Formats: sequence, C-alpha cells, structure tokens
Amino acid sequence: MLDESFYKKADEILSHHSPQESSLIPIIHEIQEAYNYVPVDLLPYVAKHIGITETKAYSVASFYERFSFEPKGKFIIRVCDGTACHVRHSLPVLERLRSELGLSDKKHTTDDMLFTVETVSCLGACSLAPALMVNEHVHPAMTPDKATELIKGLREEAAKL
Amino acid sequence: MKKITSHEELKELRKNVEAKIKSEPVRILVCAGTGCQASGSLKVWEKMCELAKDTEVQVEFAPEIAHGDNHPAVHKCGCLGFCAQGPLVRVEPAGVLYTKVKPEDCEEIFEITVKKNEIIHRLLYNMDGCEYINQDKIPFYLDQTRIVLKNCGNIDPESIDEAIASGTYEALAQALFTMTPDKVIQTVLDSKLRGRGGGGFIAGKKWQQVASQPEKIRYVVCNGDEGDPGAFMDCSVMEGDPHRMIEGMIIAAYAVGAQEGYIYVRAEYPLAVKRLNLAIQQATEYGLLGENILGSGFNFKLNINRGAGAFVCGEGSALTASIEGKRGMPRVKPPRTVEQGLFAKPTVLNNVETYANVPMIILAGSQWFRSIGTENSPGTKTFSLTGAVRNTGLIEVPFGITPREIIFKIGGGLRDGAKFKAVQIGGPSGGCLTEKQLDEPLDFDSVKKLGVIVGSGGLVVMDESTCMVEVARFFMEFTHRESCGKCVPCREGTLRMLEILERIVAGQGEMEDIERLRTLADLIIHTALCGLGKSAPLPVVSTLNSFLDEYIEHIQDKKCRAHVCQKLKQYIIEPTKCKSCSKCARGCPVQAISGAPKVPYVINQDKCIKCGACIEACPFKAIYVA
Amino acid sequence: MGVMKIDGYNVEFTDEPNILSVIRKAGIDLPTLCYHSELSIYGACRLCNVEDDKGRMFASCSERPRDGMSIKTSTPRLVRYRRMLIELMLASHHRDCTTCVKSGDCELQNLAHRLGVSNVQWGYRERKYEKDFSSPSIVRDPDKCILCGDCVRVCEGIQGVNAIDFAHRGTDAMVIPAFNKEIAKTDCVNCGQCRVVCPTGAISIKTNIRPVWEALADPNVKVFAQVAPAVRVAAGQAFGGTKGENVMGKIVAALHKLGFDEVYDTTFGADMTILEESKEFLELYKKGGSFPLLTSCCPAWVSFCEKRWPEFVPNISTSYSPLQMLGSVAREYYADPEHNEGKKILSVAIMPCTAKKAEILREDLKRDGKQNVDYVLTTEEMITMIKRAGIRFDRLESEAADMPFGMGSGGGVIFGNSGGVMEAALRTLCEGPERSSIEELRNSGVRGPGSLREFTFNYKGNEIKAAVVSGLAEADALLRRIKNGESFYHFVEIMACRRGCIMGGGQPVHAGVRTKEARKSGLYESDVATQIKKSNENPLALSVYETLIKGREHELLHKRA
Repeated sequence: MLDESFYKKADEILSHHSPQESSLIPIIHEIQEAYNYVPVDLLPYVAKHIGITETKAYSVASFYERFSFEPKGKFIIRVCDGTACHVRHSLPVLERLRSELGLSDKKHTTDDMLFTVETVSCLGACSLAPALMVNEHVHPAMTPDKATELIKGLREEAAKL
Repeated sequence: MKKITSHEELKELRKNVEAKIKSEPVRILVCAGTGCQASGSLKVWEKMCELAKDTEVQVEFAPEIAHGDNHPAVHKCGCLGFCAQGPLVRVEPAGVLYTKVKPEDCEEIFEITVKKNEIIHRLLYNMDGCEYINQDKIPFYLDQTRIVLKNCGNIDPESIDEAIASGTYEALAQALFTMTPDKVIQTVLDSKLRGRGGGGFIAGKKWQQVASQPEKIRYVVCNGDEGDPGAFMDCSVMEGDPHRMIEGMIIAAYAVGAQEGYIYVRAEYPLAVKRLNLAIQQATEYGLLGENILGSGFNFKLNINRGAGAFVCGEGSALTASIEGKRGMPRVKPPRTVEQGLFAKPTVLNNVETYANVPMIILAGSQWFRSIGTENSPGTKTFSLTGAVRNTGLIEVPFGITPREIIFKIGGGLRDGAKFKAVQIGGPSGGCLTEKQLDEPLDFDSVKKLGVIVGSGGLVVMDESTCMVEVARFFMEFTHRESCGKCVPCREGTLRMLEILERIVAGQGEMEDIERLRTLADLIIHTALCGLGKSAPLPVVSTLNSFLDEYIEHIQDKKCRAHVCQKLKQYIIEPTKCKSCSKCARGCPVQAISGAPKVPYVINQDKCIKCGACIEACPFKAIYVA
Repeated sequence: MGVMKIDGYNVEFTDEPNILSVIRKAGIDLPTLCYHSELSIYGACRLCNVEDDKGRMFASCSERPRDGMSIKTSTPRLVRYRRMLIELMLASHHRDCTTCVKSGDCELQNLAHRLGVSNVQWGYRERKYEKDFSSPSIVRDPDKCILCGDCVRVCEGIQGVNAIDFAHRGTDAMVIPAFNKEIAKTDCVNCGQCRVVCPTGAISIKTNIRPVWEALADPNVKVFAQVAPAVRVAAGQAFGGTKGENVMGKIVAALHKLGFDEVYDTTFGADMTILEESKEFLELYKKGGSFPLLTSCCPAWVSFCEKRWPEFVPNISTSYSPLQMLGSVAREYYADPEHNEGKKILSVAIMPCTAKKAEILREDLKRDGKQNVDYVLTTEEMITMIKRAGIRFDRLESEAADMPFGMGSGGGVIFGNSGGVMEAALRTLCEGPERSSIEELRNSGVRGPGSLREFTFNYKGNEIKAAVVSGLAEADALLRRIKNGESFYHFVEIMACRRGCIMGGGQPVHAGVRTKEARKSGLYESDVATQIKKSNENPLALSVYETLIKGREHELLHKRA
C-alpha cells in the first residue's frame, strides 16, 4: 500500500482532468512527472476514477515506452540513438555512461537512485549529434569523455542538494 | 488581454505591434531552438538581456514611427536552421549573423556591433576562408526557399504579437470573412498541397472528404509525432513559429466544419509542447481560438496531447487511438480516418508542415503556390540535413531540387573532406540514395521510382566511415523495437530480419541470409497491416540493392570496410613496431595476447573480444584495427 | 448488393459485411486466425489476404465487397505468404505440440498442416511466461499465444469484463492480466469464452478428469453424475453425429460404461430451480419491492454482478442453480445409508460451462462447509474421457437416466438456451388451456434472435415486464439503464454466454452459425418431445418436497444469506 500522500497527489492530478478514457495518458504523464515513475498502486486508482478497468490502464501504460512502473533515478539520461546520432557514434557515449554507472541494457537505474540511463529514438537535435538529454536539458556533441565529465558534474550537483 | 472581435481590430493590432517592433532601435535575436539551447543559447540570451537594460542606443527614427525607449530589444527566436553553428545571434537592422556565440562574447557584441554598428569578424561564419556577414549570403541559406520557415528565426515564438506583426492570422481572417468553407477547400485543392508527413496525399482531398460526411461532429488533428530518427523539421516549426501552424489548423477547421482540434506532439519535444501551450493560451486570450473567433461566429477549441514514446503513433489510426487513451495500434481500414477517425468521427489529420503551408496558400493563392516546386509536388519541403555533411541543420527547399544541390551546395559538401557514400532519406520507411542517384529531382513521385520516399524529411549524409549493413541493422532494430506487435508480418518478420542482420554484422551470416532477407522483406511489404509496417523493410531492401557487395564482404570475407562492425574488427600488432614490452598482454582482459622478450607479440583472434584495451596500453602505437 | 468475381467465378453478395464472408459463402475456406464474425475486425493475422486483378493485395476481412470487383484467393504468391506467416507464428510459439492439450484441435497446427509448413527455419523461442493455474476454470499458457486478440475482444467486447488484455508491444506484446497477476486475482468471471475463441493452447479448460477417473476405479466410492441440458445437443457432433442432435441417451450409456454408478438429469434440478424461483418471483410481484428479480443460475453472471454491480446483488434470486439443486437434493438422498451402501459418495456434474467449476467452490453455496457437487467436468472433458476409454459412442444404445433424479420437464430442458429459464419460469404461471397458453408464451418474444429481448407477459390480467439477455456486456448496459431509470422490468434472465449455455465455455469449439442454431433447436425440439412441459408438474420434483426436503427449502435449496 502506498502512503496517503500518493493518493492525495493523484487526486490533485485527477482533478485537472475529466473522468474519461482519453484522460488516461495525460494523467499517467503527470503522475510520472511527479514521481519519475508510475507507482503501481496508483494505476487501478486512476483507472477506477476515469471509469476503465485496471487491465485496460495497464494495457495502455505498458504500450508506451516512456511510462515506467519502476522508480527512476533523479537524473534521467536519455541518449539519443537517432540516425544522425548513430552515424556520429552515439553508442560509445552510451557505453561509457553505462560503464561509469555500472548499468547495462537490462539495468537502467543506479542503486542510489541517482541516475537512469536509457536510449531514445530521436531528440530532434540531430545537427548536434550525438546528443543526449538529462531530464529536459539537451547536451550536444557528446563524446565518451564528455559523458564522464557530465556524470561528475551531476554527482556534484546532487551532493549540493 | 482584450479579445479581437473583428478583422479590422486584427489589422489595427497588427499595425500597432509592427510599429512597436520598428521602434526597437536595435533588435537582437538569439536562437532558442532545441539545438541552440543545447549549445547554451539561453545563457547568451540572459546575458544579452542584462546588457540591454544598461545600454542606450541613439537612433534616428523615421517620423512616422513612434519613438520607443532607447534600449536594444533582445528576443528569443525560433530555429534559424544553422544548428551546427549555434548558438546563433542576429543583430538587426544590420542583419549581422554571429555564430557560436558564448556569454562572454556578449559584451563585445554590445560594444562593437550594437553601439558602433561595426562587425566582430571572429564571430562571423567562415567557410573556406570566406567570411559571411549576412545570413542570406551564406551558401547554406542561398539556395533555400523559406515559406514554412519564413518566420522561424525572425520572430519571438513566445510572443503572439510578433507573430501577428509578421502577418500570422491574416489568412485566417481572410478565410473567415471573405471565403466560404468550400472556397477554402477549393483553394487548398487547387494548390495541390500534398501531405508533408510522408504519404504525400493531396491535403485538399482529405478536407473535401471530411466536409462531405453526414456526421457533423468533426475533428482536426495535427500530427506532430515526428518519430523518424534523424528528423526534426516539425519540431523546429512547432518551436519556432507555433502560431502559423495553429492558424493553418483553424483554417482547416473552418473549412471542414470542425469544432475541436488536437495537436499530438512527441513527449521528447518539451520545448515544442511548452511553446504550443503558450501559443494556444495567447491565441485564446486574443479570441483567435475558442468561441466566436474574431467575431465571425466560428468556434474552435484546440488541445495538446503528448505522445509517450511510440513511433507507431505517427500512423494516423494509431495516433487517434492514442488521443482516445488507447494503445497506439493501427487499425484496419476502411473506415478511413476521414470517415471515422478520432472518437469515430470524421477527422482531418495532417502533419505540422502541411498545416503551416496553409496560411500562405490562402494569402498568396494556389497559383502562387503551384509556381514553386514541381508540377505534381508543388511548394517546398523542409529537411533536416544531418550526418557527415559540413553544414548540418534545418533547411527548406523547393521540390525538384536535386540531392546533390542540397548536400554539396547547401550542405557545403562532406565534413573533413570525406568521400560521399550515401544519403538516407525517409527515415525508417525510406532508403539510401547513392552517388549515381544524386542528380534525380527530389519530389514525391520521382524518388518513389528510386525505391525510396520523401518521408517526413530526414536527410542523413553518410561517408565511407558508415557501414551500410550496420545502417540496415540499425533501422531494422528501430522498426522492430517500435513495431506495435499487432500484425504477424511486422511483429515476427522484423524480428527475424533483425536476427539475420545481427548475424551478418557479427560475421556469422550465410549467403542464404541475403535471400532470406529479401523473402521476408517481400512478405512484410505486401502483407503488413499499416503503412509503417509495409515500409519497415525498405531500408534493408535499399541497401541490398545498392550495397550488396558490402553484405557479401561481411558474409564471405568477414570484413567490414568501414571498420564499424565491432565483431569483424581485427586488432593486429604490427611486428616492426612492437618492442615486446608486454604492456598489451597485461592489459588484455581475456589473455588473448602472447609473446616473449624480443619476439613481436601476437593477438589470438579467436580469443580477442575487440575491446581495444591493447591499443590504449601500447606505448608505441604498434596495434591497429583492420 | 452486387456481383463480384472470386477466382473467376461470379458470386453474388447482399449484406455481407466484408469480402471474407463472400468468399466463405462461395465455398472457399480462406484461412484466418483472428476473424470471428461476432467480434470486431482486427486484421492482425493477414492470412485472409487476397489479390485483386491489379495485383493489389489486401486483407479480405476488412474490405467491403464492391460490385464488379474481381479477386483471387490462392495465387502462388498468396499461398507462399500464408505459409510464411504460419511459419513465423510457429517460430515464436512454444512448440510442444505433440503433448499440448490442444493438439489435434489447434487451429495453428491445422493450418500449418493444411498449408504444408514442413520446416521452421527461424530460431526457437524459449519460454518467457509461467503457466497460470490459478483459476478453477481455465489454464493460461501465454507462450502459446499468437496474439490474435480473439480472447481480448471477447472478454472486453462481448463480456464487458476485460480481465485480460494486450500488454507491452512489438515482440514483447502479450495477452495478460494487469501486471501479469494471476487470472484468479482479476475480474475474470470464469465464463471460458476466451478459451472458446482461442485458436491455440494458450487458454484451455482446467481439467478435473484425473480425480474423477480415479474415483470411478475405486470400488469404495459411489460416483454419480448429472448431465446438463446443453451437453446433450453438443456432444454428438464430436463423435460424427448430427449437429444439435439430442444424444442424452447415448451420453447416459457412455457414462455408465465409464463406470458412473448413477447418471441423473440436471433438467430435474432445473425444475427445482423454477419451482423455487417462480415462488420467489410471485411473492415479490404480489408484495412489491425491489425489481427486477434477476436469475441466479449462471455463475459467471453472478460473479460479474458481484464484481461490477454490487448494488444489484440483492436482486439476484437466492434459489440454487439447477446443478446445486440436484447436488443438494442428491446429497440428502445419499446421506441415507440405504442409498450410499456404506460407500463414499462422489458427485460429478457434466456441464457446458467452465464457470460451474468455480460455482461449486463458493462458500455461500456450501452446506456445513461441504460442497454440494464435488467436480464439474465440461462437455469437452466428458468427450475426452469417452474417447480416451475407447468407447464407440456412435454404436451405443441409448439408455434412460437413473431414478430418482432422471427426469425433467420440457421447461427444464430449454434452460440451456438463452431465454429458457425465463420461459420455464413463466410457464408455471400459464393458466387456461395448456397448449395454447404455452404457445402464446413461446411467441411472446422470449425466444428469438438477438442478445437482448424484451417482452411482456400477461399474468391474470396484469403485465409482467421481462427481459432476456445473454452476453455480459449486454447485461452491463441493461443494468446501467435500469439503474438510471431508463428501463424497468419485473424479471430479467441473464446468461453470461451469448445464446446461453449451449454456447458455454466448456462446449466443443469451432461452432459456426449452423451449429449454434442446431444446438438451439435441438433443445427446443426436446421440449416438444417431452410429455411434461411445466416444471411444477414434474412428479419427481414434487415428490422430493415430501420425501427429502420436508419444509427445509431454505436450508437445502437456497444460498446462504
């Protein structure tokens, strides 16, 4: 069972949307923005509120790559693997990030819940390939060494908070 | 904000905001597109704003222009297109374009250019020793025709006033007050405007079909789910000039009698979402959206839906399903979207660029539009030019231009003098054009004959360092990952094609695999449920046709000529350079290197995992990759 | 309306919704794995692709027939594609075919055989999912799922339950409950319709054959069976018999041969249900109260009501279902040492239904903590047992069911059809010249097509408003209308499966329109052939009130409050 505060937050989000099926995806977006993931128990709660089954809500949520039922790190690093980034060697950047953080294509989030590393199809920053995005901020022209620097910087940023 | 309730009031407002812009003594535009922001343009903008507060400029204004204050005006603007040179700053009215501007350059720009109207040469774009002061003279811009992108980079996309000053919403007013809905449809039909999302369907026909449906509740939907990897045109339009696209949608709604509209934007484009939201809010406050638009009695409400990371939602029926809160899976047709689209109602579904073309067609007429481009592909097309080309960025060119002109004139040729190998067009639904095909005109129908599609407009230039088999594998991996999983040929077929390609790039392919790829591709092309599925094998087919020798090399010679395929790399110790220091052997994580004092070391290729540790360990640069 | 050319022959079409229907009407069995005429069009398997005269290829399930169009259904190219599609499906399918419960009856296997898929050149897929045995009714084996979506559409579209749905996407896509939890922990009502439409072994009946067989072989156990009405019109076809033919006599003989000591007829229980339920109804109708009275005999419906419409649970009749009636009365009967001969008693029910497997486990139906029926075997399981024992069903001589529960009225027999319970209940209220009033009732609207039928019945000059509904999505909509005050009824019969128990989740599958119709008329014809039409005239049923029940109706014939 989740803490009461989760349901309060969910109620607040639900209050901005009309209780209908088409509100599901916007609501999940907002929940994910609030927690960086979708707490499993909130899904049936949302489903009930908007009048769909839990099965349906899960069916929809699991379809979309962006939604995650696993908690994500404070910094979500999305490495672009679009065509432009790919041909400008984005994979070494991804590999460096993973090796720096001890992650893999199976394990996306560090145990300290600080970093999540994922790939994304395209960030629309193709001219600055290879690019990656930390939360909502795009970093252009990455190299493996810049990735190492980036992690260092983010660690320092986290330590300050 | 006061609502605008008539065409006259809109004209009045336009006059006022135009005058206000003219009264700015100096206008500094800082590109705030995704690309330049990523390069740090917001810091530049902040610094500029700070400096502007403390700077006064003395300018002589023409008598009819109201005298504003004497501070330079600093604006964020939409994508200028020349992303690789960002952050970009343009100083008006002189029109000086500075590239790669850093916050520390700002003071100098103020001292020298803003105050003294002189040029800082080191910040100018310099190509082959030639300096360019003005944007239009740069070869990158010289051969472009900017209709859709006209305002991109010239106005502040977060200000509706700037949009209105540039003429946005004038077409809407003209449509509402001087044209019947049928007339609007006829004009768009006459213009032969074709859908810019990839299909190339005549937009006016869609509108006409929706307008003729008996059902009166209708929707207008904008496809901003630009999922092709390597394409960001729509992103730039939504970020750089959101009002133009919104205006196009309202005109479409008026034409087909729709009351509500949706813009479906990728969630990976947060800036576009933000600016569209702001634009809708501003337009609503001005009475350009909502009830009784401009006092015409026409009502139209616009919503934004964010995607959630599913490429397949670029397909029409998947997109509408996603807006409805469902899994984004394409459905069988008929019924088509124009009959039963969003919420099973007649729906006009066009992409961002298509809508953005509409206002100019209304204003300048269909004949004018048809005078640009080719007979059956009139108008322009935006492309994102990326990859191994010197000038990467966002461009807009008339249809009929050749890929060679784009790559070698606008793009300035290949980076670092590399040799051209191919250009990928149409993303995961397209294919590669080779040197031989570079002089064919680029338009919807011509490229189809070459086995590729215009697609949404990604152009990725590849040089000799690109392995075409690996590119095929890359696209297959993409389409396989993004397959919705509904129909058998796409779900299972792409999986098996990917398995084969993975085998080949790992040096484990068989010659029969080529036939297997072709057979699977043929199956998928002919039997998949949706357009994306049907086109999923095209990148493979295209490389098989043009670069079969590379496939055969991978299979028979276990060789990747571009040295890209990791498993086919061979790390070799050059015996003449090896000093037998044993550092490489000690650095090798799998003990694949052996040797003895005074005898050159050797790498056991069966054991080698191609990690590259030996290269880093060798102090004599004796190890190379072959 | 029009004419189209199929493989060179002119074929007329009228209101066929798609080309596929026209092709099948023309006598060509175009293969499909995701098409069911009663479900929405899905278009995923791509097997029904055809080619037009321009070489354009499209799925015939989703294209409308047009006058003058010309198509080909089996060009070499089309056949090659179909073979490849099947091969691709097989490659990603857990292929333990020889030992699979569905072997021999699997549509994927049959098509592979039919299309000559002799080799699968693609890599073998390892198991990714555990089998789900959590439900008393069905077993899920997701690794055998070919993602045709039939179960999803029947569960959501027809039944309004949506216990399972697609999750994830692409090659990872799978049909599972939310968060892949056990099916028993979902809103599943055990109707088994998913299993009816499943073309492979991905959803199958949870079988209870083994313990029954062991009891049959045990001399210290007296095993008796009851056979539901719908079973007798569905089983014969599995042994080469005529569609819809009533083979009760042969079933009794076969069960005797299998070793069942006694074989009873559930129509007896149905009569008991009617006796109690019509009493309940009359009382409510006369006194007034919360309408409508809702029938209680379908366990999937009862479960659905509890999960989705708890406010209507008090409206459900407290009378036992026919299975429970017979089970309870027989239990009382066998409590007598004279009848049990000192042996253990095992009570088995042969049912068209998977939900009955769950019903017998319900706490509120147990007496003294004990189930009224020990095992439910579906029609399919009974057929399996008969086949397994090598009994030549077609050569059996019919036998009569055993006394004292071996006979029911015509009203009891038609229970297996949607509308049958209502008709049987109202029959007991029919007065006057018997034949004509029964005739009048039959034509009142209680019978007929459609999953919802509304009609009125004249009872002593008063109007009884009644409705008959089958399919839970339809029931869901009806309850919503009742709740919103848009509709009013005194009495509503609800069955979870469309057309009623004849199309239950435990019945033999591959039943097309003709089979469905034949089963239905089979029951109605059996009614015609019975001498006793009304449940309240079944002498056996009436006598047990004297001999066994003795005023303990509420203890023996109604569910616990």
